[in-house]
Formats: sequence, C-alpha cells, structure tokens
Amino acid sequence: MATTKGDERLRMSRRSFLKGMGVGAATSTALATGLVKPRAGKAAVPPLVEGLSYVPVELKINGRRYALTIEARRTLADVLRTELNLTGTKIGCDRAECGACTVIVDGRAMYGCSLLAVNVQGREIETIEGLAKNGRLHPLQEAFIEYDAYQCGFCTPGQILAGKAFLDKKKSPTLAEVKQALSGNICRCGAYHHIFEAVLAAAKKL
Amino acid sequence: MQSFTWINAKSIEEVKGALAKHGKKARIFAGGGDLTTLMKERIDTPEFVVNIGDVKDIHYIREEKDGLHIGAMTILADLAEHEAVLGRYTALAEAAGAVASPQLRNMGSIGGNLCQRPRCWYYRGAFHCYKKGGDFCFAVTGDNRYYHSILKGELCYMVHPSDTAVALLALDARITIAGPQKEKTVKAEDFFIGPRQDVLRENILQPAELITEIVVPTPPANTRSTFLKTRIRGSWDFALASVAVRCTAKNGVCQAARLALGGVAPVPLRVERAERALAGKKITRELSQQAAQLATAGARPMTMNRYKVDLTRSLVEKALLAVA
Ligand SMILES: Cc1cc2nc3c(=O)[nH]c(=O)nc-3n(C[C@H](O)[C@H](O)[C@H](O)COP(=O)(O)OP(=O)(O)OC[C@H]3O[C@@H](n4cnc5c(N)ncnc54)[C@H](O)[C@@H]3O)c2cc1C
Ligand code: SF4
Ligand code: FES
Ligand code: FES
Repeated sequence: MATTKGDERLRMSRRSFLKGMGVGAATSTALATGLVKPRAGKAAVPPLVEGLSYVPVELKINGRRYALTIEARRTLADVLRTELNLTGTKIGCDRAECGACTVIVDGRAMYGCSLLAVNVQGREIETIEGLAKNGRLHPLQEAFIEYDAYQCGFCTPGQILAGKAFLDKKKSPTLAEVKQALSGNICRCGAYHHIFEAVLAAAKKL
Repeated sequence: MQSFTWINAKSIEEVKGALAKHGKKARIFAGGGDLTTLMKERIDTPEFVVNIGDVKDIHYIREEKDGLHIGAMTILADLAEHEAVLGRYTALAEAAGAVASPQLRNMGSIGGNLCQRPRCWYYRGAFHCYKKGGDFCFAVTGDNRYYHSILKGELCYMVHPSDTAVALLALDARITIAGPQKEKTVKAEDFFIGPRQDVLRENILQPAELITEIVVPTPPANTRSTFLKTRIRGSWDFALASVAVRCTAKNGVCQAARLALGGVAPVPLRVERAERALAGKKITRELSQQAAQLATAGARPMTMNRYKVDLTRSLVEKALLAVA
C-alpha cells in the first residue's frame, strides 16, 4: 500500500501537495476554500502547541480582506504563498538580498520575505496578482511580454512590482533612474537590459 | 525562526514597560530589515518581540532652531529624499540613500540602522565566535577580505555596518536614549563601543533601553558635508570603506572639519588627528592627501584586506576636495 500512496503523491502537483500538508501552522480559517471573512472579535487564540504564539491577523491584499490565524513569526511572503495561494510572490534568498519577494505596501516596494505578516495589518498590500484589471494586463506586464524581459521568469513578479511602485510616483524617468529603482532586484538570467527597456516603454504608456 | 510573542507597543511607555519586564529575552522590532534575518538564522532568538513601528511619536523629521530632530522610527528613504536634510545635512541624506537597496530603505529605520548587528560572515554563519560568546575569532585566520577591520580591531575584527552612523559622527549628532532611568543624550561617537569594552554588543544600550531620537545640530554658516562609500557591487552593498566629512570653510580656508570613517573598524571611527591637520589651512590636493595619511595612521590590516588602507585614503582625499 505504501507504494500506492507514494505514486499518488508523485502525481500531485507540488502546490497541491503543500496544500494537502495543511500548510504548517495555520489554524483553520477558511483559506483552503479561497476565502475569507473579516474576523469579528480579536479574542486571544489558544496555541495549538504549547509555547507557540498565534495571532489573529487581518490583511488587505489587492483590495480584498483576508482574516487568518497564524504564528507571529511568519513572513508576509510565506503567508501569501502558503496560506492565501498567492504564489505569484516568489521566495528566492529569503534574506532580503534578491528581490523576488517584492510586494508593494502603502505604495512602497518592500521585501515580503523580511516583513512579518502580523506587522502589515491595516496596510494596503499589492501583489502581482492584483495588477491585471478586468482581464487586462497592466502596461508594465504587457511591456515585459513585448520586450521579452525575462528568461526563467522567477524574478519577474518582483521586477514588475518594483517598477510599478516606482512608476506610480515618477513620470518620464531616465534609464539611470530606472536602474536605481530596480537595483534591489536581482535577475539570475541577466535579462536586465530588456527589463529596463520594458520599464521605460511602460512609463510612456502610463 | 524560533517562535516568539509579538508585542505591538503603541507608546514609548509601553515599549519601556515590555523591555523592563522581559529584559534580555525581549528585542525591539523596527523595520525588521536586519532582525527578521537574524531570527531566521537563529543568530538571535528573542522570546518577546516588541514592535515600535506603531509608536506614534517617533516617526518625524523636523528642523528646529537647534537643528534637525529625527524620530528613531523614521524610514531611511524619507531621510534620503528630505529637502532640508539634502540641503543642510547632506552627508546624512547621502548616507541614508547609500544604505542597501530601495526596498530595504523603504523598510529600515534610522534607529534600526544604527543598532544593526555585524556583517562578518562568520558571525552570520554557524561559527561560535567571540561575538556569540565563544572564545575564538575565525576572521583572523580565515577570510577577512571584505567586512573586517584595518583599525582598532582586537578580539573581534568586525566592521560596523551602518552607513548613517558614519554621517552622524561627522555631523556631530546626539542620540537620545530612553529606558528605566531618566532619558539621556550621548554624542554619536560615544554611543558605539568596541570589542574591548564589550565584545557581545556594538553600542552602549542596555537590554531595557532604546533610541528615541537623533538630533543633528544646525551646521555653522559656510559648511558643507558629504558621504562617500565604495562597495563590491555598484547597485547595493555594505561599505568596503566609507567616509563622511563636514567642513566649514571661508575663501577655501578650512576653519573646522569633522571626519569619520566607516567599514574599517569595529566602530564608526572619528579621526581627530586628521581633523586637526585641516583646521586653519587651505584645502589643496596635498593637504587632503596628508589628512588621508593621518586618517589611516596606525592601520594594522589583516591578511587579506591591506587594499582597504589605500581605498580609505583615496576616499578621504576625494571627500575633502568635494567639500572644500
Ligand atoms: C541585504 C542587506 C543589505 C544591507 N546593506 C546595508 C548597507 O549597505 N548599509 C547600511 O547601513 N545598512 C545596510 N543594511 C541594513 C538595513 O538596511 C537596515 O537599516 C537595518 O536592517 C536595520 O533597520 P530596521 O529598522 O529594519 O531595524 P530592525 O531589523 O528592526 O532592527 C535591527 C536591530 O536594531 C534594534 N533596534 C531597532 N530599532 C531600535 C531602537 N530604536 N532602539 C534600540 N534598538 C533598536 C533591533 O532590536 C535589532 O537588533 C542592509 C541589510 C540587508 C539585509
Ligand atoms: S570578526 Fe568578530 S564577528 Fe567575525 S568571527 Fe571574529 S569575533 Fe566573530
Ligand atoms: S526572497 Fe526576499 S529578497 Fe530574496
Ligand atoms: S528571468 Fe530568470 S531570474 Fe530574472
């Protein structure tokens, strides 16, 4: 029987496998079902395991509210990916060095891997999933496609969000300014040249 | 990351209360740019994490009669872009703008930047060195090419990683500390301590204390300042060496100068010998070279970082010529 189980597991995608594992320490707020009612009271939650500190957390992501109960030590990037299924946010280094986890918080680009979810409550969080509106891609997303601004694509959500936070404030930037704004995002495939071109092209359309 | 209890303080009193209650088991959480990683790597394992991000009265940049007042929770990106800071406290704006990457400057606070822990890769790795209570410094016999000292190292040869600290020394800033005792104010250069004083920490803060404010005095008339830094990669990185200088000059003659170095010693280092050599003299290439020699006099490079002596000298020279 063990083999059958093993085969089944192999057939599952990595994502559904992780989901099936109950994604770590989250208690059961309705996330597996997609969502998400604001929690009424904020009563203290008894720990599942002695010594662990669970907290009720309310997040506002791409204009939607999510309520969940998690351990205080969990990072925003981790919670986005494993609790909320918003897997567009990538985790590369997990130590504030690569930018793959970039999200926008109250209009500023930040590293989701180094923010604690409990600490971004009440703030407007934007992730890559929130960029397309009514089935239409954001001009930056279109430009990344048009200019072929990636190879593997792993750094792309972070690059686009760093670019968006920048272009939301800056009209008609120079190449040097674009480079500076995206300097916290590493591209291991070295697609920098195309990335900068895409951001400059998107700036003209915004 | 080890589990902890999150304490979301709303006032300085609440922060002080939580720190007093939990002592060494508690850590302040500002932007989290450094602390989150320290906790993930289990270099730091606090049981109580006290968030100061929601404390209302420590987010501000105000120019008052006596100078620039900066709340400890002020975000580095805001300092780097602030008009008055750029105009009259230029070295500080430049230093804040040279810290890490745009994302980290959007998250990191000035208080956290001053209190961040060393970047020695043995400290950051699984090495039980002096800094962690061990009885050995791995950098002495190991790889010390980047983030290790050429001046003032003993026991521990880390270099202090904060860029803003170097600017604050040159600008003669004061740091306000709150804690169980009455609030106190110290000169920036007295805030940082070397390994001989206490190898386990980098500043005078006791477990129950925190920085609440930084005050930079209004510079005298005819004063300019600048901060220069070299790093391995142009886009972002810690300093291999950095220098901040503030110079008051009339008709090209220096009346008073303050000079501080970063990336070369366990503390941000004020070099008074070099400052004295400048006072009353016209700043020429030759004089700035002399000052640069004095700034690095007594350097004892390690096995792999001799190049830092020349690097530092050329930065000092360049900075002096820029503000003269
Ligand atoms: C990849 C990377 C590159 C970096 N490059 C640079 C660089 O080039 N130059 C540079 O200067 N910095 C650099 N940094 C440091 C960084 O940018 C932040 O300034 C720093 O992490 C601390 O700011 P924070 O507010 O996030 O502090 P936190 O991470 O929240 O805190 C850092 C430490 O300070 C303590 N602390 C925070 N606030 C206070 C306070 N008010 N009173 C007492 N203690 C306090 C905390 O307990 C903790 O121990 C880099 C960091 C990373 C991760
Ligand atoms: S330089 Fe300091 S932090 Fe680095 S290994 Fe030596 S004692 Fe540890
Ligand atoms: S995963 Fe956050 S910066 Fe690399
Ligand atoms: S496209 Fe592969 S890392 Fe950037």
